[in-house]
Amino acid sequence: MALDKNDVEKIAHLARLQINDSDIVEVAQRISNILGMIDQMQSVDTSAVSAMAHPFDAGQRLRADQTTETNQRDYYQKIAPATQNGLYLVPKVIE
Amino acid sequence: MLSKTVAELSGALTRKEVSARELTQAYLDKIHQLNPALNAYVTITAEQALAQADAADNRRAKGNASPLTGIPIAHKDIFCTRGVLTACGSHMLHNFIAPYDATVVERLEQAGAIMLGKTNMDEFAMGSSNETSWFGPVRNPWDQARVPGGSSGGSAAAVAAGLCAMATGTDTGGSIRQPASFCGLTGLKPTYGRVSRWGMIAFASSLDQAGPLTRSAEDAALMMNAIAGSDLRDSTCLELGFEDFTAKLNQPLAGLRIGLPREHFTKDLNPAVQTILQNAIRTLESLGASFKEVSLPNNYLSVPAYYVIAPAEASANLSRFDGVRFGYRCENPDNLEDLYKRSRGEGFGDEVKRRIMVGTYALSAGYYDAYYIKAQKIRRLIKQDFDLAFNDVDLILGPTSPHTAFKLGEKVSDPVTMYLEDIYTIAVNLAGLPGMSLPAGMLNGLPIGMQLVGPSLSESRLLNVAHQFQMNTDWHSQRPEV
Repeated sequence: MALDKNDVEKIAHLARLQINDSDIVEVAQRISNILGMIDQMQSVDTSAVSAMAHPFDAGQRLRADQTTETNQRDYYQKIAPATQNGLYLVPKVIE
Repeated sequence: MLSKTVAELSGALTRKEVSARELTQAYLDKIHQLNPALNAYVTITAEQALAQADAADNRRAKGNASPLTGIPIAHKDIFCTRGVLTACGSHMLHNFIAPYDATVVERLEQAGAIMLGKTNMDEFAMGSSNETSWFGPVRNPWDQARVPGGSSGGSAAAVAAGLCAMATGTDTGGSIRQPASFCGLTGLKPTYGRVSRWGMIAFASSLDQAGPLTRSAEDAALMMNAIAGSDLRDSTCLELGFEDFTAKLNQPLAGLRIGLPREHFTKDLNPAVQTILQNAIRTLESLGASFKEVSLPNNYLSVPAYYVIAPAEASANLSRFDGVRFGYRCENPDNLEDLYKRSRGEGFGDEVKRRIMVGTYALSAGYYDAYYIKAQKIRRLIKQDFDLAFNDVDLILGPTSPHTAFKLGEKVSDPVTMYLEDIYTIAVNLAGLPGMSLPAGMLNGLPIGMQLVGPSLSESRLLNVAHQFQMNTDWHSQRPEV
């Protein structure tokens, strides 16, 4: 499956990745090559096979619903790019 | 002294031939001498290491040491280390001082191992040559024009060059085993769920496993004793009691049945690698093992299926890097979307962005069934091939990598060629099985490994076979001149 410029722009938007205009043609080419390799899968009949999400088909283990963590917000926020009053700062979302 | 095995160093510490402090200082001196050329370490924690060494010497004096107490180790920079830079080979995390320790790091520290520093790696473990690292490539101590393999390339180079006694690695598609093969080491990828993934920066969560990179199978067993075991903080970690991985090392191999996959021993396999494997087979035969052909007919689909599943999981896992809570943030964002897009666009390297996009595409509406579900079905076929083979044999033996270490720059420009490097290792991750690489020979002055794969939770058996092989060969004792 060959991707064009529009496809790459759409995927990059979904992934919230900025791709420079000058790189788009090359990115499209390389991803198309990867998808070409992946397409070998399509030649195999898997209609009778069920999907496998986990090596042992194990389900999600749950722990008891108890509080086990202590509040370390200030410690964790020390490495944040910008915070104020315990909140993470980002550009204004609502005018 | 610095190129001795962990088992030998542990003995020397017990007999007081050397102190943990002297050993640690000697490794630090060698790191300062060789690391500028090899680029194996990205962070050196000298002060902390010497403090840990003094504590280890005290602990040994008090008589409550473990075999790893006082043994210097390097951690792949994918493991969170409290108070120490954890960059995962990426500009995105160039300023990330981890606020907590990974379970693997914590357990090795509890055993008394001394952290010398953090090792270079492919960015977010996405690579097979260590060339995608934001910190630049690592050079192979056997030939500095060549790659050490990847993604745990820094860890492998550090152990091979004698810049630590042992190292941690992680393996999502071959990232412990292929560098072990390229650098002449023993590397073990445990069964999925054997070792906690807590604090290990996630790449593909259904495939990732941590494991040892060491100079011998015995050393790998000693490390496994420290790192394996259940962990409430990782819900995918298996609930198993303590297992002593050294207990069966000396078990005789009589009666052992080993399978040789027809699909791996074809005319396409490099004849020199073929010869090395045949010699290893003869050695194991002389120790009592018998060999039989087995078939893994869907192995050729493992690379395509992996390059859907791993990028799909990565695209979800790496969505946490958004420039808001930690890591890289772009300058002067116009709005929130610009902050996300530029922080990620500038913070991630090309290979990581490619994989995020492939994964995003495979999970997007209209393509999910054709790519993601299809790959998961093929994953089951691959697992079934192994299940069937293990009805007849105890283990499978084959190549780890198609060849010895390749030259820097040789494959980096073509992602698909690089992906095919892992043709022998990837199926093992998809099936969740334990696999290891151990040195099997030398080719034009470069080491090459062979791979052993076993059923789930057969690590003790793999280590036993590897140890017996190493008791009867000296490939694992070869050291590069650096």
